[in-house]
Amino acid sequence: MFYRETGQFKTSYGADQQIFPIRQDRIGIVLLLAVAFVGVPALGSEYFFSAILIPFLIFSLAALGLNILTGYAGQLSLGSAAFMAVGAYAAYNFQVRVEGMPVLVSFVLAGLTAAGVGILFGLPSLRIKGFYLAVATLAAQFFIVWCLTKFPYLSNDSSSGVISVPGVSILGFDFDTPRSKYLLVLTLVTLLALAAKNMVRSTTGRAWMAVRDMDVAAEVIGIRLMHTKLLAFAVSSFYCGVAGALYAFCYLGSVEPDGFSLDMSFRILFMIIVGGVGSILGSFLGAAFILLLPIFLDIVLPALSELLHLPFDGATVSHIQLMVFGALIMFFLVVEPHGLARLWQIAKEKLRLWPFPH
Amino acid sequence: MIKKSKQFIVAAAVSAACLAGAFGPAQAAEEQYFMLPSYRVGPYGANGAAWYGGFIDYLSYVNMKGGIDGVQIAWDECETEYNNAKGVECYERLKAKAKAAPGPIHVMSTGISYALVDKTAADKLPLAMMGYGLTMAVDGSVFPWAFPLVTTYQMQASAIIKFLKDKNAGSLAGKKIVYLYHDSAYGKEPILALEAESRLNKFELVQIPVAHPGNEQGAQWQRIRQEKPDYVIMWGWGVMNMTALKTAQKMGFPREKMIGSWWAGSEEDVVPAGDAAKGYMSATWNVSGKGVPLIADIEKTVYGGGKGNLSDKSKLGTILYNRGVSAAVLSVESIRAAQAKYGKGKAMNPEQVRWGMENLNLDDARLKALGATGLLPEVKTSCDNHEGSGKVKLQQWDGSKWVVLSDWLEGNKALIHPLFQADAKKYAKEKGITPRDCAAEAKKK
Amino acid sequence: MAFFFEVLIGGLLSGIMYSLVALGFVLIFKASGVFNFAQGAMVYFAALAVVGFIDKGVPLWASVILAFIVMTLFGIATEKFVLRKMVNQPPIALFMATIGLAFFVEGLAPLLFGNDVRPLDIGLVDEPIPAILDSLNIVVSRFDLTAAGLAALLVIVLALFFQYTRVGRALRAVADDHQAALSIGIPLQHIWALVWAVAGFVALVAGMLWGARNGVQFALTFTALKALPVLILGGFTSVPGAIVGGLIIGASEKLAEIYIPPLMQSVFSGNFGGIEGWFPYVMALLFLLVRPEGLFGEKHIDRV
Repeated sequence: MFYRETGQFKTSYGADQQIFPIRQDRIGIVLLLAVAFVGVPALGSEYFFSAILIPFLIFSLAALGLNILTGYAGQLSLGSAAFMAVGAYAAYNFQVRVEGMPVLVSFVLAGLTAAGVGILFGLPSLRIKGFYLAVATLAAQFFIVWCLTKFPYLSNDSSSGVISVPGVSILGFDFDTPRSKYLLVLTLVTLLALAAKNMVRSTTGRAWMAVRDMDVAAEVIGIRLMHTKLLAFAVSSFYCGVAGALYAFCYLGSVEPDGFSLDMSFRILFMIIVGGVGSILGSFLGAAFILLLPIFLDIVLPALSELLHLPFDGATVSHIQLMVFGALIMFFLVVEPHGLARLWQIAKEKLRLWPFPH
Repeated sequence: MIKKSKQFIVAAAVSAACLAGAFGPAQAAEEQYFMLPSYRVGPYGANGAAWYGGFIDYLSYVNMKGGIDGVQIAWDECETEYNNAKGVECYERLKAKAKAAPGPIHVMSTGISYALVDKTAADKLPLAMMGYGLTMAVDGSVFPWAFPLVTTYQMQASAIIKFLKDKNAGSLAGKKIVYLYHDSAYGKEPILALEAESRLNKFELVQIPVAHPGNEQGAQWQRIRQEKPDYVIMWGWGVMNMTALKTAQKMGFPREKMIGSWWAGSEEDVVPAGDAAKGYMSATWNVSGKGVPLIADIEKTVYGGGKGNLSDKSKLGTILYNRGVSAAVLSVESIRAAQAKYGKGKAMNPEQVRWGMENLNLDDARLKALGATGLLPEVKTSCDNHEGSGKVKLQQWDGSKWVVLSDWLEGNKALIHPLFQADAKKYAKEKGITPRDCAAEAKKK
Repeated sequence: MAFFFEVLIGGLLSGIMYSLVALGFVLIFKASGVFNFAQGAMVYFAALAVVGFIDKGVPLWASVILAFIVMTLFGIATEKFVLRKMVNQPPIALFMATIGLAFFVEGLAPLLFGNDVRPLDIGLVDEPIPAILDSLNIVVSRFDLTAAGLAALLVIVLALFFQYTRVGRALRAVADDHQAALSIGIPLQHIWALVWAVAGFVALVAGMLWGARNGVQFALTFTALKALPVLILGGFTSVPGAIVGGLIIGASEKLAEIYIPPLMQSVFSGNFGGIEGWFPYVMALLFLLVRPEGLFGEKHIDRV
């Protein structure tokens, strides 16, 4: 009833090939963007912008990057945080060392730098597969963080290795409030997400999926494995790199190499698994879930234990939070291994008929 | 289905109530609110539990004694797991509530404090980093809102050198000292200071980093064995400390020649190492034990009244517990200093608290009145010195408790403070901050 | 030269400690094709259980037995509530589930047994063996040597178990193909519960040795990071591979930590120590380029 594509006839190739072929999707996306660009800035509080929405968008972008690599091209990676670190430090260096460098150009260059490093660490994927590759990407994780700690040049000779980024200003406009930073991040993430959506349904995206499903078969039908895999690493690292630059410039302000830890890489991986491997939407849903759940538990559990007069102290509540978090991940995998994005798909199927039975 | 939806409604109502609590209007007028982004789980959970236990116990103690001249203290904890992003989220969540009448913010994590330095400056909230964090914030002209109170890594390193120098009849010339450090911002901060000391005192400095987390140090200690240093100065954190002690034992290096930083000198670091820790020394800016009248009184008043925060009472009087108490003492005393200027018995706003922290004068007389003589050094802050002391004591582990070896030792301020100022100047330039004129401000007063 | 051998021997012995942790991974991977990320958390859980019981006044030997029972129950529960429901899921989903499991255990273990850092005294003093120290001036740790002996014993027992017992054969059948094993009547669920219990036992041994070495605390979960390169080097499915991999990783990592930073220092200026974090991974990576299935891994043939 609410989601029926019957009666929507495509009369041209353009109409058939557009990015959102179904009218309801188009309306939905426009509404969503309207809410995100107009509604949220008008209503949201500072806390929402700086502690929830900005990190949500940044991690969505990183998850999107990882999803391109893992979900579409089938190469498991545990080094996403390191590529974010490359992005953050590269953007910082371009900003500090090149006089008058526009911030957006720095972000793009940071992405490209990360892409270059990504290609380098993607090379082993030509030989190694599966979990062996995943553990190999850990090499990238540890090596990159070590380099950032060890070469003082990369942190502009800061004695502690910590960088503190300059303010963001584009064409004379200072992005110094949480709201303006949110809008900047939102714009970039929207553009990159649309680009990704387009990419995965192009020749490139189909080649990635062919490689993911079976690389030998893909090679047999004429897909160049090296080119395809390395491109996936490059694009994925580009997204992570931009996310890292945004993480430093629009979220934390000061970052240290150790902040981009293995823990963070795992967090990004959880996002795509919970959200849905091989789904653009899933990256966003997963990021929301992984970021918001601990905050939600942090707020609810102490209140709940007080309400029920349970004799919990602070440490116990923290431990229970961790357990609930772990249990929910397992629960999701048991109930819906294809992630939240799959739930959304099921909902759409239901909506097609609902409320009429046939 | 009905049952399920009921559960959902309950859950939604609970969460709505909590959200309302988190974002609700400011509390009653005369209350000072502390946000505590604490950690009790994760790799450093044991340390956090003791530190924040001490901190909260002192706040309860002050409340039970009638508050800060009648102003009661309120606080909320928020679990950070020692994770930077989570720490920032906690800060942002509790910030609105703290806007009216905050206490100094303590995060007890170098990483989180880095992330908060800019944010607190923008939000105009006072950030305290007691013995951790961004050390160049000693220069208050560039960092009006950040306070690395009591002492910094650099001053500590310098004080340790001073201790060794005194031990060696005033000269370290020709000696060899190994600096074994956690390979992170924390371990790297003192290097410049140690290099400066090494040039000044003509000892040889060998730097050996340990990769995080530091649970395997065979190679490092083999190298130390080969170098045959006179002393090893160790900047460890968490598991690295006991591993170092155990490996030193394994390699036959005498622990009497090992000196740790104050994050490598708590019961949590030496007890698990067992006999391997005997004779090991560390710096500290607060003493342990219940011998201090204040700690004994907290035990009597707070735990006697059933309001204690520690679930494991054996932590009472440990180094980290007492450090938490000391940090709380300094915070409360800053608010008292502010009240003395802006009106007794009133809740102080952020600017007033900041003034209090910048004009803190905790002298021996005041420490005595608090029952905290010897617990922590005298602290006197000013616009150009947010550190206020720079003194540490040296202590030695005798197998069951820490024995204090020295009086308060001050680092070489003339050598170290210019390093902070140079760093702060560079920072100000990168960030486009115009430093305050401390001299002019001092004259105005 | 004595110094070189000292580093080499120290490295080999440390390597055995890594192997112990890696063994747990291998067991579960071999039997169920699950890359069990929670192995590090299990090491922590087991060690914490031992000191937790000791704190309650139970003697050491009884604590170890009780801890083993806890680990067995944990293995059975994992099988019943998680793995059984995920049969025939792709390996990545199972891998993810074990990450969730790791979080769960990291919350559960300190909740049950306390969060404090505690010593674990198993009666081994970690001091250099005087005879070797005096004659060759090489430090060989008594503790590490004993640990290596224990590890060797454990591996022999496990190898025999896999090779010659009915259960061992069933385990190998399950590892090859879940469905085929099920169809010929091997009780998959029992086998999985059993293998998780065995992995729990290995975690217990590893946890006790690491705990006695560095103190029982959360950082025991990080031992998993030391085991991963061992695992890729030795192959995910090989018990001897875990041992040989551990020896190689341990020795090369220590030698590298001693000899590479000075080399780098002479090229760039600065201090380049602390390479132990990444060196084993890079080495394993380079090794994989030559042999993608690890040292003793089963060769995988792709068919279209």
